[in-house]
Amino acid sequence: MDRFRFVLFRPLQLLPVLIGISIATFALVRSIPGDPVRVLLGPRGTPEAIARIRQQFGLDEPLWRQYFYFVENLLDGRMGKSIVYKIEILDLVARRIEPTLALVAGSVLLSLLLAVPLATLAARNRGGLADHLVRLVSTSGLGLPAFWLGLMLIILFSIHLDLFPVAGYGETLADRLHHLVLPCLTIALALSAVLTRNLRASMIAELQSDQAMAARARGLSEGQVFRRHVLPNSLVPTINLLAVNIGWLIGSTVVIESVFAIPGLGQLLVRAIFARDYLVVQGVAMIFACATVTVNFIADIATALADPRVRL
Amino acid sequence: MSAPLLSVRDLRVSAGPLDLVDGISFDLGQGEILGLVGESGSGKTMACRALMRLLPSRQVAVTGGRILLGDDDLAALPEADMRRLRGHALGMVFQNPASHLDPVMRIGDQIAEGLRLHRGLDRKAAWAAAIDLLAQVGIPDPARRARNYPHEFSGGMRQRAMIAVALSCDPGILIADEPTTALDVTVQAQILRLLLALREARGLAIVLISHDLGVIAQTCDRIAVMYAGRIVEQGAKTDILRRPLHPYTQGLIRCQPGEDGGGPGLPLPTIAGQPPSAGEMPAGCRFHPRCPRASETCRREMPAPHALEGRIVACHHPLTGEVP
Repeated sequence: MDRFRFVLFRPLQLLPVLIGISIATFALVRSIPGDPVRVLLGPRGTPEAIARIRQQFGLDEPLWRQYFYFVENLLDGRMGKSIVYKIEILDLVARRIEPTLALVAGSVLLSLLLAVPLATLAARNRGGLADHLVRLVSTSGLGLPAFWLGLMLIILFSIHLDLFPVAGYGETLADRLHHLVLPCLTIALALSAVLTRNLRASMIAELQSDQAMAARARGLSEGQVFRRHVLPNSLVPTINLLAVNIGWLIGSTVVIESVFAIPGLGQLLVRAIFARDYLVVQGVAMIFACATVTVNFIADIATALADPRVRL
Repeated sequence: MSAPLLSVRDLRVSAGPLDLVDGISFDLGQGEILGLVGESGSGKTMACRALMRLLPSRQVAVTGGRILLGDDDLAALPEADMRRLRGHALGMVFQNPASHLDPVMRIGDQIAEGLRLHRGLDRKAAWAAAIDLLAQVGIPDPARRARNYPHEFSGGMRQRAMIAVALSCDPGILIADEPTTALDVTVQAQILRLLLALREARGLAIVLISHDLGVIAQTCDRIAVMYAGRIVEQGAKTDILRRPLHPYTQGLIRCQPGEDGGGPGLPLPTIAGQPPSAGEMPAGCRFHPRCPRASETCRREMPAPHALEGRIVACHHPLTGEVP
């Protein structure tokens, strides 16, 4: 019953958050120096042409009215027209959302596939060689910038070994997955460093917990204690850690899509900023903000499902 | 008396050079309840962890003695064989039921876990057995309660559930480490009554560890008093409580409210001084710095446990005959 209410009412509580984000996005974009119309027309733009286009996109109106147009367009769902591409932003986003979603999902999946076994290995051999190696590697992973790591992976796997494409995005599904391996790996290496360290620490705590001792007293082997009691209990905090990192993850896709020339939302955002394409920047930023809020909402529900003590 | 179910001889538990349990011996008969009493740090918890071979870290180990259960010496058994006996021959109940149950697993599944492991029962049969066990430990509406998680149980119900977990595979021996310390007094009495009832119904032998002589007095047949890693006195409960032979036992009894110590309005007597820590054991009798009867012999020679008036005492100057 409580949970049902949460699922129903929590989105309403998020409404003020989204309004705040829309104001912040709007204000930030306007505060970037430069004028979209001048950037669009270049040096050959006559004052008349500039004025015409400003009027066409409503840029000559007062700021508060521009904000209301923005909100109106958001509520309408189509988010207005891009100044540069001259098409509705919804269409623009629809074309580019798939690579970004695939990149995020692939990175999370890959980082879990790396972090769970590595943390298990380290926690169960605490103080041993494996533990030291895992900690060394994960600490280095924390320190490496994503763009540099991406370039290194391209040099190694694409140029020297010729295993994966250097950049871009494929046509067929298999081809796309092939293109996504290196970018996903780049993000996953950094993300799994954080996950591994946290998972290792919670596994060690759970291995020494009273309830693990009680499970041993029931005659469970170390492997059974680990699988049945230690692992489920230490995965619960990882759900929240992933949710907290979703903002960072989206930030990373922006960089990684540029490094690997993936035609996703991140790349669209970067280009729109350079072109001062106000409405596109606002639209994509709002989508990223909504995604972050939604992911945290889902994580709250997932935590409650995994841990019966959690009250929503 | 028939042959004891469990015989402990000269059991020694050490952390590196330090002896936490220093050569203790006791027997446990079928259906008998043995109380292990002592202050915190006297080694009683380490002794019972050693019986299960579940010592808290790799640094702490059984370094001597034998733990005889049937034909097996638990002190020398390979880990794989020991694991088969845990839960199956020896069950254990812990002090804090809240932290010793898995918070994200249903109570019924935790009880069923041992049954599936030791008895090879399938999911359905193990679940039915778990519900039956919950009923046996006095949980009302067990079929519904089995689906609950530990946080949905009260403290006393959690301890009942933990007893059900420990008894799931019908062990002959239950080791109960301070099973009522974390509970309030009324619930405490209920749990002790449950242990007595289970002893009657199953012929269960129980090692009950407690610092509380009141708890021991209500339940046990025999008592072993531990001080600084050694048993200083053991024998029948009534003998020991009525007329202790060891000065430490006498001191413990006097510290109990309502015993023969200071009456209403008077401060409770205490035993002066602190128990020694494992690294700084005094020479001779370990109790001598706090003992009103200590002599030169006590300072030099460790008293050996010897039979006296139907019990075993380790003291140079036991409280025999004369009135102290």
